[in-house]
Amino acid sequence: MEVFLEQLINGLTIGSFYALIALGYSMVYGILKLINFAHGDFFTLGSYVGYTFLVFGSSFITAHFGLWGGLMAAMIIAAVCVAVVGVVVERAAYRPIYPAGRLPAVVSALGASIFIQNAIMVIWGPRYQAYPASLIPNIHIQLGGLHITVLQIVILTMSFMLLGILYWIIQKTTFGAAIRATALDKDTASLMGIDFNKVIFFIFTLGPALGAITGVMVGMYYRQISFTMGWNYGLKAFTATILGGIGNLPGAMFGGLILGVLEMLGAAYISAAWKDVFVFLILIMVLIFRPTGLFGEKVAEKV
Amino acid sequence: MIQEAKRMGREGFFGSQSLFFATLTLFIMYPFVVSDYYIDVAFFFGIYALLGLSLNIVLGEVGLFDLGHAGFYAIGAYTTAILNTKFGIPVLILLPISAAAAALFAYVVCSPIIHLRGDYLCIVTIGMGEIVRIALINNPFDLTGGPNGVYGIDFPSFGGPFVIDSSIEYYFLIWIVVALSIYGLIRLQKSHIGRAWNYIREDEVAAGASGIDVRYYKLLAFVLGAALAGVAGNIYASKLMCVSPESFTFWESCLMFCIVLIGGMGSIPGVLIGAAFISLFPEIFRPFAMYRMLIFGTVMILLMMFRPGGAWPRKRGAAEHPPLHPGKEGIDG
Amino acid sequence: MADSALRSSHPVVLETQNLTKMFGGLTAVNAFDAQVHRGEICSIIGPNGAGKTTVFNAVTGIYTPEKGRIVFNGNDITGHKPHHIVAAGIARTFQNIRLFPTMTCMENIMAGHHCRISSGLWGTLFRSSGQKREEEETRSIAESRIRQVRLWDYRHELARNIAYGSQRMVEIARALATDPTLLVLDEPSSGLNPRETEELMEFLTGLIKEEDITILLIEHDMNVVMGISDWVIVMDEGRKIAEGGPDQIYHNPRVIEAYLGSDDRQAHQE
Repeated sequence: MEVFLEQLINGLTIGSFYALIALGYSMVYGILKLINFAHGDFFTLGSYVGYTFLVFGSSFITAHFGLWGGLMAAMIIAAVCVAVVGVVVERAAYRPIYPAGRLPAVVSALGASIFIQNAIMVIWGPRYQAYPASLIPNIHIQLGGLHITVLQIVILTMSFMLLGILYWIIQKTTFGAAIRATALDKDTASLMGIDFNKVIFFIFTLGPALGAITGVMVGMYYRQISFTMGWNYGLKAFTATILGGIGNLPGAMFGGLILGVLEMLGAAYISAAWKDVFVFLILIMVLIFRPTGLFGEKVAEKV
Repeated sequence: MIQEAKRMGREGFFGSQSLFFATLTLFIMYPFVVSDYYIDVAFFFGIYALLGLSLNIVLGEVGLFDLGHAGFYAIGAYTTAILNTKFGIPVLILLPISAAAAALFAYVVCSPIIHLRGDYLCIVTIGMGEIVRIALINNPFDLTGGPNGVYGIDFPSFGGPFVIDSSIEYYFLIWIVVALSIYGLIRLQKSHIGRAWNYIREDEVAAGASGIDVRYYKLLAFVLGAALAGVAGNIYASKLMCVSPESFTFWESCLMFCIVLIGGMGSIPGVLIGAAFISLFPEIFRPFAMYRMLIFGTVMILLMMFRPGGAWPRKRGAAEHPPLHPGKEGIDG
Repeated sequence: MADSALRSSHPVVLETQNLTKMFGGLTAVNAFDAQVHRGEICSIIGPNGAGKTTVFNAVTGIYTPEKGRIVFNGNDITGHKPHHIVAAGIARTFQNIRLFPTMTCMENIMAGHHCRISSGLWGTLFRSSGQKREEEETRSIAESRIRQVRLWDYRHELARNIAYGSQRMVEIARALATDPTLLVLDEPSSGLNPRETEELMEFLTGLIKEEDITILLIEHDMNVVMGISDWVIVMDEGRKIAEGGPDQIYHNPRVIEAYLGSDDRQAHQE
């Protein structure tokens, strides 16, 4: 039972990372029908920016606001920087290619991904970097037989708060409605007065910012970061997006959480080495029986 | 074959007949005038060309998003590696067997998922590729050698005295296989099979309603594409003499995807251009060291900006349909 | 062939029995019974959302009905795959033209003959004599069909580059290239100008005279329906509410009610 609960908490933690990254995928996918391969690299970039800030810039903030203040500042800085990069990438690599259709855009996205990944390698070097242990609170809690860290609780709370805020933005605000409307039908939405470019700007700031915050959290959680880690997280997050149903934002969140929990339970009860196989098999099973994902609308093609 | 080559020349495949023969001569002369290093570069160009051709069937002709093609490539390579090192079966005899193994794998895996549309199919193929790679790392039944892979694969031979053991011979092996594949693919493109694939790509519902067995032709594309990738895996395994899971990552699938799109969907010359770009670019830009992949990414974006249809998109029109009873065909062809 | 006695002397080509198709809670087609007789032009009319296209999609295998049977030339084809149904002899067109846009008109029409080809992968790879013969046959059939719809000069144009009216005719030619016994046309005159509509009517009546073919069509343009139909079936809210010769239908009070409605429903003339 303790193992199960621990794995559940681990799974929810990782799942919330996937969910936060998946939101970025899903927003871009819903609106542009583009698999934004660079999104995983926004996440990595965020992680590195946060790392740099913690190593070189946080002593002042840490001195005044404590460890947590320093971490918060790292997240905010990373989010702002990566949001700027996100908008630049959209302007430079995607916008000129939209009119040509979605497949050229996929290649362009891959190109952007290669560029960012290698830019990170050129700037920070090809080796692993480690988040400084001294700057990360390391308090353990014993709850019955349960063994967790304060950091884990903070990360979990923060991720869920972010997911909650995002859910609220998407489902309850006018801007969320604009995003959902544009995802359903771009032309009709713009006829209704929704500014397409504003929506694009929004998703390409919000998505990368979320990715960057997740990147810092992953750095705090695992300590080690590498310039290629975006691929793996990106792939998982994209899987979560599809599992939840393409373009369905709450679906992407739940997809991410489910994926994380499945992965950790699979690792604990089946085999750690085969956990990803387990995850992908479940994805394939789900799609065989629900061809548009868990929460996807059943679309009868209009003939 | 020669007839076909001449026809290809005439029909504008290479612009003109003389250009075609000039290219052919260049290809034959090339390995005799450059160093082994550049012969190997051309060899890997050939491997990527074959992989590009194989994915082009699935992605280019039928429009199915397959981002797990490296899985089929891996099945071919590991079939060769395991059967050769464990049972000593000669590599060239394993060539058709590797193709068949990859094709069978594609048939079994794709049958239940072939009805999925667009990106749902895409993620399933990604999952398939990842499952293959992770399975190879985990060394099931002690067959695949785990992360280190399988070592000590023989040079290609039929078991007799004929052995392919130099760079030049490898060069000709891969390019003869590429040439034969191109010949077969042109045959298919110009037949009801190629058209059926294109109908499905253009409009699946209309294709079905015009009498095309959509499911059959999609599966056929996957099976043929996997078989060609399996052939590429066989040759690759014997060239490197070892195989390991890191050669068959998601990244490799992405490269193949780029080959097809950079060249132009469904265009055979396009695939060659795409493969040349992917395999030669890193060589040419080697002096730029760690900046070369930055340039590579930038060029990919620029290519799609300026040639979104690919470098050499397939042209349709009268050239696809020579007159029914060509007068001179029998004389000069 | 307007009167029912003469009509029933012709054999039934297509029959639907108790055909029912539901989408979630909505019953799009409800216990629909109909017969189409050989050699006639039969029209299905009715207001938007009456379930006409759903009937077509069930007949051509795109949807599988929840209940009921579809019998074609004495064979039950309910739930068969679209390509089997085409091979059995039913060819169709779509309401919003569905051609293969980046392929030539010739290639589009050649699609129709695909279901009559028997050579396989090996024959194709090695250019067997059978494959060559079939390829030539496909081409000559497509050429004769493209001549028939008078688009010979456009045969090498990409389908997306020709005029809308011509696209419609290419789609019909593609259906005809399957060598069908029943041609199913979903609003063939929609989007055509009056002159093109006139030509289409001439073409269809000519087709019935020259070939052993039966035509089932959905149509909103009453001039077309009354001008060329031998038999008219009226649908409303998924059910058949009337059928008969064009004159009978024209004066049938239930039809007038369905179209003009006692409530606020409008007549559809497009």
